[in-house]
This record gives sequence, structure tokens and C-alpha cells, in this order.
Amino acid sequence: MKKFFERLYLGILLVFMYAPIVTLIVLSFNSSKSRARWGGFTFKWYLQLFSDEAVASAMINTLSIAVLATIISTIIGTFTCIAMIGLSPKLRSLIMGVTNIPMINADIVTGISLMLLFRFLHISTGFNTILLAHITFNIPFVMLSVIPRIKNMNFYVYEAALDLGATPVYAFVKTLLPDLVPGIVSGALMAFTMSLDDFIITYFTKGSGFETLSTLIYNEVKRGIQPEIYALSAIIFVVVLVLLMVVYRSPSSKSKEK
Amino acid sequence: MKLFKDKKTSGLMSSPYIAWAVIFILVPLGMVLYYGLTDNAGSFTFQNVARIAEPGYMKALLRSIELSLISTLICFILAYPLGLILSSMKLQRDTFLVTLFILPMWMNFLLRTLTWMTLLEGKGVINTVLTFLHLPTINIINTPGAIILGMVYNFLPFMILPIYNALSRIDENVINAARDLGAGQLQTFLRIILPLSLPGIISGITMVFIPALTTFAISTMLGGSKILLIGNIIEQQFTQVYDWHLGSGLSIVLMIFILINMIIENLADKEGGTF
Amino acid sequence: MKKRLLSVVLAVAMTAGLLIGCGSSSSAGSNGKLYVYNWGEYIDEDVIRQFEEETGIKVIYDMFETNEIMYAKLAQDTSAYDVVCPSDYMIQKLRENDMIQPLNFDNIPNVKNIGQQYFETSKSFDPENKYSIPYCWGTVGILYNKTMVDDVVDSWNILWDEKYSGQILMQDSVRDAYMVALIKNGYSQNTKNASEIEKATADLIAQKPLVQAYVIDQVRDKMIGEEAALGVIYSGEAIYTARENPDLEYVVPKEGTNVWIDSWVITKGSKNVENAEKWIDFMCRGDIALKNFEYITYSTPNTEAQKNIEDEDIKNSKVAFPDLSTMKVEAYQYLGEDGDKLYADEWMKVKSAN
Repeated sequence: MKKFFERLYLGILLVFMYAPIVTLIVLSFNSSKSRARWGGFTFKWYLQLFSDEAVASAMINTLSIAVLATIISTIIGTFTCIAMIGLSPKLRSLIMGVTNIPMINADIVTGISLMLLFRFLHISTGFNTILLAHITFNIPFVMLSVIPRIKNMNFYVYEAALDLGATPVYAFVKTLLPDLVPGIVSGALMAFTMSLDDFIITYFTKGSGFETLSTLIYNEVKRGIQPEIYALSAIIFVVVLVLLMVVYRSPSSKSKEK
Repeated sequence: MKLFKDKKTSGLMSSPYIAWAVIFILVPLGMVLYYGLTDNAGSFTFQNVARIAEPGYMKALLRSIELSLISTLICFILAYPLGLILSSMKLQRDTFLVTLFILPMWMNFLLRTLTWMTLLEGKGVINTVLTFLHLPTINIINTPGAIILGMVYNFLPFMILPIYNALSRIDENVINAARDLGAGQLQTFLRIILPLSLPGIISGITMVFIPALTTFAISTMLGGSKILLIGNIIEQQFTQVYDWHLGSGLSIVLMIFILINMIIENLADKEGGTF
Repeated sequence: MKKRLLSVVLAVAMTAGLLIGCGSSSSAGSNGKLYVYNWGEYIDEDVIRQFEEETGIKVIYDMFETNEIMYAKLAQDTSAYDVVCPSDYMIQKLRENDMIQPLNFDNIPNVKNIGQQYFETSKSFDPENKYSIPYCWGTVGILYNKTMVDDVVDSWNILWDEKYSGQILMQDSVRDAYMVALIKNGYSQNTKNASEIEKATADLIAQKPLVQAYVIDQVRDKMIGEEAALGVIYSGEAIYTARENPDLEYVVPKEGTNVWIDSWVITKGSKNVENAEKWIDFMCRGDIALKNFEYITYSTPNTEAQKNIEDEDIKNSKVAFPDLSTMKVEAYQYLGEDGDKLYADEWMKVKSAN
């Protein structure tokens, strides 16, 4: 009985999370522009979407910013975490305090503060400013997931390696880095997700003629929703879902490896 | 540990990031403070911050607090049982289920909100279905209810994840020990599970409350620009009214709220980083 | 689990990159760029493409929703855009704040197509006709759905009729919203009298519960989709909306209304002045103005285009080309910094009211 209610609860929440998305997907095939009427099945919104250069460039912008911001913030974040090992605890907690700010602070304040900075420095807004902003709010996610790993690192193996004649860099890569990898990966993943999903900070730091997916959708919504946007969300959702399925349904040997 | 790096090299290696943090975190916040505490002529004033007391702004702030508290509460009520259920399923597939619940995070935030616009509109999907079934239609678009719904839908994964993480980390032996010592189910829950999951709960609450408190996109899209939140007002100072001083002044008010939140979180979770 | 998540994410990124890679064609202009900032839904996109093909200039085209949004963007950095299309009072504000530059009419020969009377009107905000060239003009009125409204629609007062609670769309733009409330009370739409403005604020707050939403460009789609019965809208949308939904009718209330001109101006900080001149010249060309008019249906001041409109109904339409001498109309004036601030503060009161 308890099991049944548990399942029911899971089911209801899943419906709450996914029913809206499914509705959008259905609407993306509706040939009538109206949401209230089914005008027959069509692919035309998908065709229109693919011939829409604005959407294409927004997509490229979004992905390139997310990928670059993730890579750069992961490198800076990890590097700094390692460097911080040798710092005094006081300095370390000071750095962490500052690092926490963009995570805790409201996006709107972060966005505005960066906009004021770029304006003050006369940096014209566009790709570069969005990238700088994204790196800034991504580094904390990386650092916060790497630091717990550093706390648990085993330095004796590293010291042993040094005693046995390894160079510090070689010893580090061979003994300590493997311990850090899971932290780095999950930090990078968080950073990538946050970057893809961000709207507010991008909105305040973007310049003329430069749109990411978020800002493009926001503009579209204000002008009235076009069915191409349904097609777009359907594609994004299906791609994410299918890939997830593929990974999980792959031969069970893979899951045992863990 | 001392053998690893001496202080000098450590300092040298962390200096690029320290410089970064100063330029892109501290200086910008300093600029918000500067704009917020000066007027057009550049002389010091407390006026911009004090204007939060004006009825219009105060109302927006109180409404933001109200709607975000309600949303946070609903998120918690929905997420906690879910976290319990998911963490009790010690199956291989629980990770898949968990991922399923946070998957919508990978869809764009605005797409998630847009979905509800489509569903809730007067002649939207839900009302079309209701009319077809000869049921009364609902009119919650452009009301606070729609905004709460949008907040809950958008931020629920941020509540689920930390709560689930905290719950699944609880050592089963502790629970078994409590049982062996004669604790009932309720007692075990109240005295063991709940306190141990507290860091996750607090982390979840902050992760939902702050974005909900400061959002402007959700209220614009689902509130028909009829319901102004504090985020809308600040946004408009920058994008429409062009009063950066007032916008920054009101941002300082928000920062005070965030600071209080930060202190509460730090008190409850000294470990840092529940992710 | 984390490893898997990462592989998912990477795969998504790559697939999406591939999908998009095929779709985008780079059409970087050989003759430089041009940053254009115009109202939403205010051009036939083919016209932009045609301009790019004919001139080899790459157009970066952004849209704004209100004059105020446009101003806030330009005030940050006037070099963000080269050519902008604001309305009358905003042109005055831009001019007074030294954010736009005088035009070189020698480089814009097609300006001869623009009717002289429109330059006369423009003198109210551009006294020497040095800064701006008219693009479109029109009035503000009420669009209503004949099947949903039984009363005669001839007054702004209908927007306060409780019968239509939840069925009314108001403009989410300071000046337009206040114009309605001020004129309804018999005041000037350019008043700086605080008590008159406060009266308008009180009226707008009283109206708020009846308003379905404050929107701008969405009025059009929402009216076509019959989401609302009455909406405040620009005259240029009247032909388009009637075409899409024959039940919709546009009315200019008897109390009077606002008449506006949107004109092209070149920003002070423009880095592509020559291209901007080419753009304005192109927009003044008879065939282009006609093409544009047929798509956006906003009244064109281009006499060449007016002559060549094929559809006689539209050519003689009182909606597309109203006879202003029969209506009580006035244009917005820039009210100065204090005036702007007064309206902005009062508007905030309306928007944050319950």
C-alpha cells in the first residue's frame, strides 16, 4: 500500500513536470497558429525554424558561450583550489567568502553590477562581456565542487611519489589529480547547466545585435509567441531526453563498472 | 600538507583568480553601492535606498516576499516527500529517476515559463480542454497564482536536488540504531532524518527563495505586466526609466535581504557547498 | 552517475552544434555593417534582405518595444546603433541630449518622395528638419471585436466599463497609457500639471482591475486570437488585424487622440554613417516604401508609394490615411527631465497598485 502511494506521488510529480512540455511538443505539430484549435498535422514550423538564421545564430552563441565559459571557469577554478591548499586558513576563507557572492547573490544584482562595470570601463557589450560574466558566475560552482575533494585528498601518496624521485608535477598528475576528477567533472557540469540556462545576467550584459537563446525567446514572447518556438523547445527537449535514455539503457555492463 | 607548496607559490598561483574576483565580483558590487548612494550630480545621498519606503516600491517588495515565500514553501512540501521516496529506493534506477526530475533544468528557463503562458491563457490549452469537457474555465493567467505556479515549476529542481543529496547521504546504520533503541517511525523521522537533512533543506530554500524573490521574467510573462515585483522595478530602472541611481539603490535593498539569507545559511551549514 | 551526465551534456552540445552548423549561412557583408534599431514588427524582412543584396552591407537588426527602452539603450552607448527609428517626442529628447547627428540630405536623394506636409509636422520636434526623415505615421485608437462588444465604441470611457472586465488590453508604455487617461478627462496629453497627472493616475489605478494585461506588440496577436475584446493600438495595425480577423474594427475616440510620426535618425556615435544614409535613402525609395507598407500596413508618408497602392480600398482608407483635420489630435512633446520623471514615478504607482 505504501509502495502504491509512493509510486502515485512520483507519477503525479512527473506529470506536473512533463505534461506542459509534452503539450508544447504536440502544439509544435499543429498547423493552426491558434493554441485553441487543432488545424491538422504539420512539419512546417520545423522547416521554418531551420531556415531561421536568427535562431541558428542564437543557438550557436548560446552553445559557444556555455562551452567556453565552462572550460575557462573549470581551469581557473581547479587551479585556484589547488593553489589555495598552501594558503593560510584565514586567507582561504576570505577567498571563499568572495567566491560565494555570485552564487548567493541575486542574478539581477550580479547582472546589473557587471553592466555598470563594463559601462565604466567602456567595454562595448557583446560576446566578450557575456563570456566574462558567465565565467564569473561559473567559477564558484567549480570551486565549491572541487574543494570537498581536496579536503579528502591523500597527501602521503604524493609525498611518497616525491621521495621515489617523481617530479612534483608528475607526482601531482599521477597521485592527486585522479582524486579531484569527479569534483572537477561535476563542477564543470553545473557550470555548463547554469550557463545554458542563464537569462538574467546575459540580458544585462549583452550588446546590440547579439542574442542568445534566452534573450531571443524573451523578445519573441513579448511580440507574441510563434509556433516555431514550440518546435525549438520540442527539439531541445527530445535531444536531451533521448541522449539520457541512450546512456541509461546502454548495456548493463556499463552500470556495473561504477 | 605543508610539503605541497610553500606560501609564496600558493599566493602566486592563486593571484590570477584573486585579481579576477576583485575585478569582476568586488568592483562591480562597489559600483552598485556607488550608484545607489549618489545622485545625478555625484554627491552622496541615501535617497535612492530610502525610496523603498514609498508605497509603490514597498508594495512591490512585500508582494515579492509574499509570492516567493509561498513558492518556496510549496516547493519544499512537494520536494521533501519526493526526496524521501527517491532516497529510499536503493535501486540502480534511482539515479535515473533523480535525473528525470532535474532534467527540465536543461531546457531553457524561458521555455519552461513560456509553456505555462501557453497553457494558462484565456483561450489556452487548459481552458480549451475544460471547455471541451463542459467544465468551467480557469482564469489564473495574469494573477499572482500564475506567478507562483511559474516559480514552483521553474525552481522545483533546485529544491529536489539538495534535499535528495542530503537524505541519501544519511547512514542507514544510524536509522537502524534508532529503531533498535526503540524509536518509532515518527520519532526516527523527527529526531534523526529531519535534523540530518537540514543542511539540504536550507540549501534548497535559499536556492529557490532568492531567484523567486528577485525574478522579473516570470512576473512579466505570467503576470501580464500587471503585477510588479521588486525585480521588475529594478529592471525597469535600467531598461526603461534610465535611472541607474534608483535602480542601484533598490538593488542595495535586495542585497541586504541576500546578506541576511547568507548569514542564516552559514549558521546552519558550516561545511559549505552542499552540492 | 556524474560521468554519465557529462557524456550526455557533451553529446547534446555536439548534436546541437551539428544541427545548427548546417542551418547557418554566413552572409557577412563586403561593405561593412549597419546596426539598425527599430520597433518590433515594423518592417518587411524581405526589405532588409534586399538592402543587403543591393548594397553588400550586413545589417544587424534589433527591435525595441517602447521609445523609453530605446532611449535607455542609446543612453548607455550611442554607438551601439547607427540608425534608429524613434517617435517625435523622443527625437526631441535625443536631439536635446546631443545623442543624434544632423543628416546630410545630399546623400539621401530619395527624400524627395516624402510628402512636404510631413516635414512641416516634424518641425514640432525637429524645427529645422535637420535630424529626422519620416518613416511611418498614424494615430492611437481602440481596436475592438464586434462580436464581443455590443456598445458603440466612440469614447475612451469604454475602457473603464466594468462590463468588459478582464477583456481590456492597455498599452504598456507610459505616454500612451497616460494619453488615454488624460484625454478622457479633457486634459492635454502633454500636461505637466501635477494634479492633472495625479487624476490620470487615479483613473488608471481604478481601471487596473478591468485590464487583462499591459502589453505592447502582443495587442495585435491577442486581439486576433480573441483573447480580449478591446485594446489600445496604433492605427497601422488596423488593416492587418482586420485582414486576419474580420470582426475587428479600429476607432479613434471622439475625445481626440495622439498623432505620431516615427522617423529615421542617425546616432551621434554611429561608426557607419555612410551606410546609415544608404539605409535611410533605401527606405525612402518608392518601391521599397510600398513593399513595406503592404506588409506592415502602417501609413507611409512616401507620396510615391501612396500613388502606387493597388488596392483602391486601402488607398482611400480613412484608417490608413486619416484626414487629421476632422479629428482632435495632438502630438507628444518631450516634457523635459522633470516631466519624464514625474510621469515615470506616477506610472510606477499604477503598475504596482493592486
